[in-house]
Amino acid sequence: MNEPSNLPDGPDKPALKERGPELAVAALLMLLAALVIKDSLRIGIDWADDGPRAGYFPFYIGLLLLASSTTVFLSTVLRWRANQNIFAEREQLGTVFAMLIPMVLYVIAMVWLGIYLPSALLVGYFMRRYGKFGWTPTLSVSIAVPVAFFIVFERWFLVPLPKGPIEKILGF
Amino acid sequence: MDEINNLMHGFSVAMTLPNLVYMLVGITLGILIGVLPGLGGANGIAILLPLTFSMDPTSAIIMLSCIYWGALFGGAITSILFNIPGEPWSVATTFDGYPMAQQGRAAQALTAAFTSSFVGALFAVALITFLAPVLAKFALNFGPAEYFAVQLLTFCSFVGMSKEPPAKVIASMMLGFALAAVGMDTVTGQLRMTFGFPELLKGFDFLIAVIGLFGIGEILLTMEEGLAFKGKSARLNMRVVLQTWKELPRFWMTFLRSTAVGCWMGITPGGATPASFMSYGIARRMSKEPDSFGKGQIEGVLAPETAAHAAGTSALLPMLTLGIPGSPTAAVLLGGLMIWGLQPGPMLFVEHKDFVWGLIASMYLGNLVGLLVVLTTVPFWAAFLRIPFSVIAPVIVVICAVGAYTVHSSMFDVVMMLVFGVVGYLFKKLKYPMAPMVLALVLGDMAEASFRQSMLLSQGSLSIFWSNPLVGSISGLAMVLLLWPLWSVVKDFGRQRKARQLKART
Repeated sequence: MNEPSNLPDGPDKPALKERGPELAVAALLMLLAALVIKDSLRIGIDWADDGPRAGYFPFYIGLLLLASSTTVFLSTVLRWRANQNIFAEREQLGTVFAMLIPMVLYVIAMVWLGIYLPSALLVGYFMRRYGKFGWTPTLSVSIAVPVAFFIVFERWFLVPLPKGPIEKILGF
Repeated sequence: MDEINNLMHGFSVAMTLPNLVYMLVGITLGILIGVLPGLGGANGIAILLPLTFSMDPTSAIIMLSCIYWGALFGGAITSILFNIPGEPWSVATTFDGYPMAQQGRAAQALTAAFTSSFVGALFAVALITFLAPVLAKFALNFGPAEYFAVQLLTFCSFVGMSKEPPAKVIASMMLGFALAAVGMDTVTGQLRMTFGFPELLKGFDFLIAVIGLFGIGEILLTMEEGLAFKGKSARLNMRVVLQTWKELPRFWMTFLRSTAVGCWMGITPGGATPASFMSYGIARRMSKEPDSFGKGQIEGVLAPETAAHAAGTSALLPMLTLGIPGSPTAAVLLGGLMIWGLQPGPMLFVEHKDFVWGLIASMYLGNLVGLLVVLTTVPFWAAFLRIPFSVIAPVIVVICAVGAYTVHSSMFDVVMMLVFGVVGYLFKKLKYPMAPMVLALVLGDMAEASFRQSMLLSQGSLSIFWSNPLVGSISGLAMVLLLWPLWSVVKDFGRQRKARQLKART
């Protein structure tokens, strides 16, 4: 597959450079490594009477994580000017967020409303907004999907899925 | 021949009617998973795993492994007809497969892809049949030091074989280990890295990580490419299939080479994806007409598909015999084994003969059934991809959410799935490999336990990993692989110096 994001594009297309996210991810990993090391030190990294203590192994994991992420961090800083690779175009990021934001809302809604209603809303939203479907196909698909899940999971395999107030009213 | 007897017994286990039905269901689901973007072998199986908790383990693994074969077959369909690799290991198939489809030879390309997948898998299963019992017997004598050395080898070979920068491979691996350590320490019962959050007591389940990293991450990545699928249509009829089959024996050398590459990369955890690229590269280098590659050369379809399937299949060999998976999908199957109450490793061959040999026999049957199903149903699957992405994308998100929830019936897992999804997207974009992270997350506890036991035996001295020829050679090999990237640095340096000297002379 060709990856357009790696090609140096003309100046007319606004894009996010790779180095910013690269640095942020490396910094985040360094922070996590510090957390791992700190907590390992708390529970003990040396030997007790019965052998190595609980922090013994994670401590070295933390050190290696710190070393490798620092390497990435430093090499990004050192090649800051040279690295003109593009992470993604502004437009591409837009479509990614167009997926990510509804997904976050979907998961938040799941906590309160169970899985069925938010699923129907998610499918419906995408079909209307991006698929430009009419109301009839939108409604039929977005209702059919949760119903299919209900039949397969709750009835067929007897695996309960999260339910909210609406399902309670319907008596499940 | 003990193996033949065992295998025959295995066939009698696998050939019962319910198991054959599970096989067919698995293959069909697998092809579907392979065709859809965002659902792959690893996360597809992870999502369906909770449904098998109450099933008989043998039937469950037959169904799940058949999903894997199906996904391997399905990946080729989208690569050839739509130039969209449904799976990472079918990326190399697009190089020549899509040009063939553009030239109107889609049917030949598909036949070649399916047949070579089948051949690759068949060789790998034969290898498992004869090598697995030997390896298992050998591994019965392993102590904790040997186990840790093998695990070390697994992880070092990631560093040595990955295309990604070593620092990123190590970072991703260590993140996996760190996440595996969260929760209660199994030896001392102490809480680690929970920071007072009760949700973290159980630790991170790798199934959630797999669903997030490969499922949600892939969806986000696909969104970047826009929402349009434009594909070629294909109808397979028997005449074209037979005609293509007649051509294939000419390429026996390609088959053999690719199978060897695939099996090697599958057993050492290189995985199917690098195997397919490597095999494609070798086929091109060895070819009499390397320029024809990339323009619809049938060999360019055969080589990666054979290797990918051989690697995918042989990845189960270390999983069954040593309890060390060779790929993320094998890791998920390993997780399944533990959930069904089976301890993977050499004892499996002694205590659960039915299970092991039923599984091995089902690999032969599953791939045969897969070949037949896929050859007869291509137009149907291609039609699936004509469903607009605006319908498929949210449905896949729902499937992932349901899958993540059902693992432990926990909402927190669904939230974590989303977090792992974002991590997966970032890692993919920044070229951090994900397989080492997943494998570290799966093997973390085991690796830690064997390391601590070895340290107990040696009173804290690392020399135990060199204490006898067996463990010494395994650790030695691990070190070689770990330092492999340095060798290319040295070579580059030498080449640069030579170039500079040449320049100075002229």
